[in-house]
Amino acid sequence: MATVELRQVTKRYGAVEAIRGIDVAARDGEFLVLLGPSGCGKSTLLRMVAGLESITGGEIAIGGRRVDGLEPKDRDIAMVFQNYALYPHMSVFDNMAYGLKIRGLPKAEIRARVTRTAEMLELAPYLDRRPSQLSGGQRQRVAMGRAVVREPAAFLFDEPLSNLDAKLRTQMRLEIKRLQARLGVTSLYVTHDQVEAMTLADRILVMNQGVAEQIGAPLEIYSRPASLFVAGFIGSPPMNILDARIADDGRGLLLGGGGRIALPGPLAAEAGQPVKLGIRPEHLKPTAGPGGLSLTVELSEALGAETVLYGRLDGGQPAQLRMAGMPAHRPGDVLPVTADPSDLHLFDPRTGRRRPDTEQPGWAERRISAVS
Amino acid sequence: MSASLLDQAPAKVAPARFRPLDLLPHAVLVLGVLLLGFPLYMVFIGATWDAGTIARGNLPLTPGPLLLDNLAHAWTGTGGERVMHTPVRVMMWNSLVMALAIAVGKIAISIISAYAIAFFRFPLRMVFFWMIFITLMLPVEVRIVPTYEVVAGFGMVDSYAGLTIPLIASATATLLFRQFFLTVPDELVEAAKIDGAGPLRFFLDVLLPLSRTNIAALFVILFIYGWNQYLWPLLVTSSGDMDTVVIGVTKMIGTGEAATDWNIIMAATLLALLPPVAVVALMQRWLVKGLVDSEK
Amino acid sequence: MQRRAIFKGRLLPYLLLAPQVAVTVLFFLWPAGRALWQSVHLQDPFGLYSEFVWFENFQAVLSDPNYLGTVQVSVLFSAAVAGLSLSVALLLAALADTKIRGAGLYKSLLIWPYALAPAIAAVLFLFVFNPEIGLLGRAMNGMGLGWDYRLNGGQALLMVVLAASAKQISYNFIFFLAGLQAIPRSVLEAASIDGAGPVRRFFTITFPLLSPTTFFLLVVNVVYAFFETFGTIHALTRGGPGKSTETLIYRVYQDGVVSNDLGGSSAQSVILMVIVIALTAIQFRFIERKVHYA
Repeated sequence: MATVELRQVTKRYGAVEAIRGIDVAARDGEFLVLLGPSGCGKSTLLRMVAGLESITGGEIAIGGRRVDGLEPKDRDIAMVFQNYALYPHMSVFDNMAYGLKIRGLPKAEIRARVTRTAEMLELAPYLDRRPSQLSGGQRQRVAMGRAVVREPAAFLFDEPLSNLDAKLRTQMRLEIKRLQARLGVTSLYVTHDQVEAMTLADRILVMNQGVAEQIGAPLEIYSRPASLFVAGFIGSPPMNILDARIADDGRGLLLGGGGRIALPGPLAAEAGQPVKLGIRPEHLKPTAGPGGLSLTVELSEALGAETVLYGRLDGGQPAQLRMAGMPAHRPGDVLPVTADPSDLHLFDPRTGRRRPDTEQPGWAERRISAVS
Repeated sequence: MSASLLDQAPAKVAPARFRPLDLLPHAVLVLGVLLLGFPLYMVFIGATWDAGTIARGNLPLTPGPLLLDNLAHAWTGTGGERVMHTPVRVMMWNSLVMALAIAVGKIAISIISAYAIAFFRFPLRMVFFWMIFITLMLPVEVRIVPTYEVVAGFGMVDSYAGLTIPLIASATATLLFRQFFLTVPDELVEAAKIDGAGPLRFFLDVLLPLSRTNIAALFVILFIYGWNQYLWPLLVTSSGDMDTVVIGVTKMIGTGEAATDWNIIMAATLLALLPPVAVVALMQRWLVKGLVDSEK
Repeated sequence: MQRRAIFKGRLLPYLLLAPQVAVTVLFFLWPAGRALWQSVHLQDPFGLYSEFVWFENFQAVLSDPNYLGTVQVSVLFSAAVAGLSLSVALLLAALADTKIRGAGLYKSLLIWPYALAPAIAAVLFLFVFNPEIGLLGRAMNGMGLGWDYRLNGGQALLMVVLAASAKQISYNFIFFLAGLQAIPRSVLEAASIDGAGPVRRFFTITFPLLSPTTFFLLVVNVVYAFFETFGTIHALTRGGPGKSTETLIYRVYQDGVVSNDLGGSSAQSVILMVIVIALTAIQFRFIERKVHYA
């Protein structure tokens, strides 16, 4: 049980800066997910915590003790690998016991710990088997057992579910969550799968190109993405990102082709300025009357519980709309649509960051007072 | 038209008729087996008759009664005074020592040097790699005289050390192990590091057990290589007590006169053949794997 | 190709390399260096006196008609051994690879000659082909063929080729079989749906797909015939009659060990090293495409 703190951690390969100053602290017992596309540096970051990669700059501390100069074995961590990395020539028991043997624990204690862990993970009947005699899900559990039995200060998971099929992945996701809640061990979990991240995490660290784009609770990240990257990465189907311009009266956004959508508060000082407008597909709603926008349907995907419409807004920008049930819209239909002003996300087109004035309700007023 | 189609259809489904052409592969394979096996069979026949029958050229195609006698004579060196200098027992021992020392020695020094090259980064690493690599291009046969001079300079002539150590460095085995080591997943190494294993422990607990099949395969190849050595033992041993059985058998034949104790020579040949053939027969699977891996 | 996960260690890697490097330096590089040195020096047999003579030893060797005859014998011998053992092995492997009963048994019965020492193979053939006591040798003489490989150079060469090929047939067989089994069945099935019969399939599909294996084996067989058949020749013919079965390796032994001509034999050693280096280079240029040595 311990905190895991990273302070201004950087990693450089020659001239390439793979990790650019990450600051994050996982609280004791917290489940922190590192999420991002492949190559964003999330695995490198995890491996730096494990001690498998050196750090170029910054500090890493586990349980308040600085560890970045220590060997992996001295960091009091355990790791679950994507391909499990079980020792193929050892039985399940020996796989789990190996780390304890090296640490010189008494035999009786090793046996007790392995047996206890195996029972918890329902591996007891397989202790004499080799990894090659196990199914994918069982191997995954052995890999977790090897970590659990060590009773470390922190668990590090490196995409542990990506080698499983979809059904098993869902099941193991639940098991990991339950296990972590039960043991209360601080966990760092790397994945590129947003569903895993949303369901497992206490907090998510979204990474892109070696930078932390946003750190926050899953729903906070979903409802308040800090950047265009996060907005596009989290959510499926992804958020509609539209080019827009602030209307001359400062009370609405123009999307081209006569499309207009109301802002929750006036931005008169920036009339005529371009912005990036984000609207989640479920927030784009058909209206009975004229809503200010219209969507020309190109394709309709009926999934039963919900339907996703693909089409173009006024001015030709592509957009997706998600609605419940099985509405009968056909390609070529033109729907008047709108979105609640509080569901709009505004981003600075130059920096890609969320506009600070959209951070909380009543944002427009604060903005105005800042300008005047 | 349709009727003839129907007529044809069952002919393809029905159990294949006997076709004489189907026997051709068997015939050729049997012929191959017989051609390769025939000389071996004749050696066996030769080892079951007396010297006179062979010398007269009357050797039949069926075994005679004297197999055990001839084997015993060859083994103890008591029969066939015209040819025996050293009992086959002694020569077999020499061959066994040589084959085992070469096989075990080569595997041992190759696996640790491959481990160093694959799992460490250190100054001059590639220099050492290429130094080992070029030995591939210097088989003992092409530098036989200077190698002999070096070994003689160390006073290693007529010793097991002189017989084996110069043959113990092998680029092939090192490259094979290195190749295998490169296929060991990085995560396995990292898992071991996190479990607290250092380089020596990882080598002993993980890498060595994982290399078992490669070691077995190399052992077969190298045992046979060692047992079958000819030019080097011929050169580096001069006393009969140090003869290997391969050398000993050819020494017995000399220039191949008829008036030789061929029955004893054939018994000795059988004994010389037995260990490598047994190794190949019993470890066929490893041999095939080892050879085929060396191509990659 | 390099590993990502490595160990730290300053002294350990050197200790691990030490035995192999020691043997390599003492028994490979030093002798090879000596051969180079001796090849450009003239020495008296007792090593008391030596003189730098540039390439005189090489000139002497290469202008010696006997040596050129040896080169000829070696080339003929290698070509015959490689050709014979490759074609027989390919035929047997292609047949053993078809779905016939007892393929495993045939495999075992064809693999054992791999265990044959070249010298022991010579003894086997000698016992069968000896003109006085050998079953086939006597039979051929009985038919009035005038068989005596101890007197007839052509017959002697035939004998060493046969004896040297036996082991290689097994070796090549193992590789061809593995190569054949690696060819995807679907390719052959597609060809038979396209209407190709078994023989046509073999020559238009199987053999081209097998060409990497064939090429690899060709080099290995040539190396074998050049350098590893000393035992066969020494036990069977001692290079004779005349010099009709004297290969390059046999000649090095003859000049260096029996006649004690250090300069000449060293020059020959250097020539042989160049040949091995060339053959190895050819092989690795080809294998490079599959394997990258870091």
